[in-house]
Amino acid sequence: MSEAHAELGFLRKYVFSTDHKVIGIQYGITALVFLFFGFCLMMMMRWQLAYPGEPIPLVGGLLGETMVDRGAMLPNFYNQLGAMHGTIMVFMGIVPLAVGAFGNYVVPLQIGAPDMAFPRLNMASYQAFVVGGVVMLVSFLLPGGAASSGWTSYAPLAVFATSGQTFWLLGMLFLIASSLLGGINFIVTIIHLRADGLTFFRLPFFVWSQLVTAFLLVLAFPALQAAAILQAMDRLAGTSFFLPSGLVVGGSAVAAAGGGSPLLWQHLFWFLAHPEVYVLILPGMGIVAEVIAVNTRKPLWGYKPMVYSLLFLGFLSFGVWAHHMYMTGMGTTMSTFFQITTMIISIPSVIILTCLVISLWGASIRFPVPMLFALAFLPMFGIGGLTGLPLGLAAPDAFLHDSYYVIGHFHYVVAPGTIFAMFAGIYHWWPKATGRHMNETLGRIHFWFSFLFMNGIFMPMMFEGMAGVSRRLFDPTIYTHAEAAHGLTIMTSWSAWGLALAQIPFVINFFWSMRKEERAEENPWQATTLEWATPTPPPHGNFVETPVVYRGPYEYSVPGAERDFSPQFVKQGG
Amino acid sequence: MSSTIVIPYQAEAHPLTGVTSGKLGIWIFLASEIMLFGALFSSYVLLRVGTGAEYWPSGVEAGLNVPIGTVNTLILITSSVTMVMSWASLKMDKFAAFKFYLGATIGLGSLFLVVKGFEYSAKFSHHIYPAVGWPEATDPSTFFGLYFTLTGLHALHILLGVLVNLWLLVYGAELWKTERVRFEGRIEISGLYWHFVDLVWIFLFPVLYLL
Amino acid sequence: MNEPQYGWWLPPNVSAHGDDIDLMINLIHWFMLALFVGWSIFIVFCLIRFRARPGHAAVYEPIEARFNRWLEVGVAAAEAVVLIAFAMPVWSKIKTEFPATNTNPVIVRVIGEQFKWLFHYPGRDGKFGKTAAEYYADDNPAGLDFDDDDGIDDITVRGLHIPEGRPVIARLVTKDVIHSFKIPVMRITQDVVPGMEIPIWFEAKSTGEFQIGCAQLCGLGHYEMKAKLTIESPQEFQRWLDEEHSALGL
Repeated sequence: MSEAHAELGFLRKYVFSTDHKVIGIQYGITALVFLFFGFCLMMMMRWQLAYPGEPIPLVGGLLGETMVDRGAMLPNFYNQLGAMHGTIMVFMGIVPLAVGAFGNYVVPLQIGAPDMAFPRLNMASYQAFVVGGVVMLVSFLLPGGAASSGWTSYAPLAVFATSGQTFWLLGMLFLIASSLLGGINFIVTIIHLRADGLTFFRLPFFVWSQLVTAFLLVLAFPALQAAAILQAMDRLAGTSFFLPSGLVVGGSAVAAAGGGSPLLWQHLFWFLAHPEVYVLILPGMGIVAEVIAVNTRKPLWGYKPMVYSLLFLGFLSFGVWAHHMYMTGMGTTMSTFFQITTMIISIPSVIILTCLVISLWGASIRFPVPMLFALAFLPMFGIGGLTGLPLGLAAPDAFLHDSYYVIGHFHYVVAPGTIFAMFAGIYHWWPKATGRHMNETLGRIHFWFSFLFMNGIFMPMMFEGMAGVSRRLFDPTIYTHAEAAHGLTIMTSWSAWGLALAQIPFVINFFWSMRKEERAEENPWQATTLEWATPTPPPHGNFVETPVVYRGPYEYSVPGAERDFSPQFVKQGG
Repeated sequence: MSSTIVIPYQAEAHPLTGVTSGKLGIWIFLASEIMLFGALFSSYVLLRVGTGAEYWPSGVEAGLNVPIGTVNTLILITSSVTMVMSWASLKMDKFAAFKFYLGATIGLGSLFLVVKGFEYSAKFSHHIYPAVGWPEATDPSTFFGLYFTLTGLHALHILLGVLVNLWLLVYGAELWKTERVRFEGRIEISGLYWHFVDLVWIFLFPVLYLL
Repeated sequence: MNEPQYGWWLPPNVSAHGDDIDLMINLIHWFMLALFVGWSIFIVFCLIRFRARPGHAAVYEPIEARFNRWLEVGVAAAEAVVLIAFAMPVWSKIKTEFPATNTNPVIVRVIGEQFKWLFHYPGRDGKFGKTAAEYYADDNPAGLDFDDDDGIDDITVRGLHIPEGRPVIARLVTKDVIHSFKIPVMRITQDVVPGMEIPIWFEAKSTGEFQIGCAQLCGLGHYEMKAKLTIESPQEFQRWLDEEHSALGL
């Protein structure tokens, strides 16, 4: 079946496009904008946390009276910022960037396909994402403000919350739909549209990571969809799925029949949200694997164990969710089961990390900017993963649950973890997508300051959590033990503002390098995978001739070969 | 920029999976739907077993009409049969029969919705809404919340199926002439979706009406 | 009473089971540090030793790295040991091995609401009066049914008093949303879930004044939902109980 394209107008080519590369870039830009917005929310929160009760500089005067009192943040606004920061970063930032942008752009290229299996469905996924994102952002303008019950929207609090929560539920339905449609597209594309000779075990690790991620999205998100529908019914139709009887809020009895269970919300939510965190990390691991392979000039060590670990991880991720619920009054049987599965699931993560680390042995390591980010990913993800240990065991979790230690743990994985992987990917594939090189010096400045400030933000949090400081506190200094740790808060806040400044070289680089004269070659990194077989930038349909694959994805420094890399798509003796 | 791109396996089966991309796609979609309805059924179980609901009515005790539910079940099962018949007619090149059977499927699906509509309005006229706890007790059950939510979501799925089939019926002739194999594939895919929605009802009916 | 010293690591521990928890936390962190340092040294070594330079090519053949297998097995084994030898017994002790009646535990109901804690003692008769949601009022925050004789001597206060050296069984309930009862120095955290009454137990091993906080987002005033914990000697605790009784007019 052919899709004939006469000269397309601007709208069909750039706005309503079905080309996976255009859609990938759309996702990328939209996600980066949302990430920046989510970051701005946090920067305001960081002021309140470091200097409680003081007027916020620069923006304090611009915010409405429901948000600030003479420039100083109000608790209601703080809770909104907290809930929306998490929601925006996870669902409107990282997933669309990691899966929607990188997945869409790179996967069809790496498997030698002309496009995704369902290009129009792809466009629909992007549009659903935009609608969901807009609904989320617009909720800030409601009289009661945006959702303010945490990104976790626990019932009953979220059931009683203002209309912003209903917008959150509606926005989630659109965002989930977008991910479901996208997931289906990725699975079918990867299974069906691989080039000749591209067997599963010749796939780049990045493609494997996207395949497993797509399965997680497709099978886990529906639980949150169901939960969102039930919570919407509780809020709008007066049902009591999550409301037990006899509740009294603010002195008056709640007008609901009762008979429901708050824990039901948590089970449904975490059934999605645990696989979701693997959705957040796997594409990043995939990108890091690609960048490391290219820049070590040798095959990845343990490719097969890494792939099996991915599959095992994906499967197990459905069986650990209640480790987020240890403190809810769980009995020993249930907690033992989930502690065991949680301990087991750490093994494949350790395997993948260790394989990537061992891949450095015997290498010839180049250090372009993408490699800096990819290398930094390793210890940063290491810290994030390791700090999951005391949280995964119920007894130490009794002390650390819902403290800053948890915030430090997951941010280490997602911020200097995934986001660094995202930067690695941007710098790495930029020459292919735009035909230009990004400036190395600006890139290095961006990297080093980001690395410094990321640690400046999240390492203090580990200690703050150890000191007993709970999360989601508008003013932690109310507690003596938190006041004693206040120095850590100030360190974190200044590092956060520093991190924002550290992105300026990246933004400059982004726009400046697009306007450069000098063009990049087709395969500037001398890489072996299929995306480098296309013209730069790849045209609609990607490949001039349909590629055929002759070998594995990481045939670098093959003994006896002419060059130190043997691309998958080149027939030569290899 | 003008170019033609050919995306393979839209009309021919892939050697590894043995199906077209569209068919693989709908199976994956149905897997996600199983998770969706599965989450709702699990919620039913947790709420029925896990909370201290003083009294959980059976469907009959709650006032659900088993004969009507049975009729609806038969309507849907028949509609699945007509759906298969419409696809088979297409494959046998009998376009008129195809239109008849697809029309019957649409009609039966709509009939299901009409019957559902009557059931709902009967409930509402007796002041039975999703928010009603059963009975007036210190620990009421969420039976009606579950009933309306589960059947409501299912009805939305039926409606969607009806609309898609309607579209296929209306634009069918055009597509059948120009892209025959793909059109047959679309009917098959729509059929798979329709059978799934039927299957969900076959679980819903006993769980809500009979248990 | 000495001012507790708070810093950037674990707060002082005044709980009988706190030592077990602290041991586990510290042990696990040594393990984590060992792994992290090991990985980091290896990475830095590789970055220097195997950096690209003229005359230095990469090696195509994978190294055997039997060490890696030992590492994986070692990590899994260490986790199993921590889980089975430490985590599970401690968890079991906290969650299921409640003090027997002959240890004379103090029994108290802890009632969470937006945004304050209430502590409800059974009084001299040792029995809690009946409570119900319909009786909640500003002057009756525990919702006591005043027709019930058992409730006449019940003490309801906004600060938790407990004696040193005697176990305390707390029954946690909430009126509205999920809260979480957290006392850092006692190393306890327990979510308070609407529709459930969740019992926990703990025992203080030294005296002092500390803070109780809410550790689950519960709304606007979540950050100020704190209460005072007073751990006193058994004599002082009895004196306090007697004072509360006289205040009730008994």
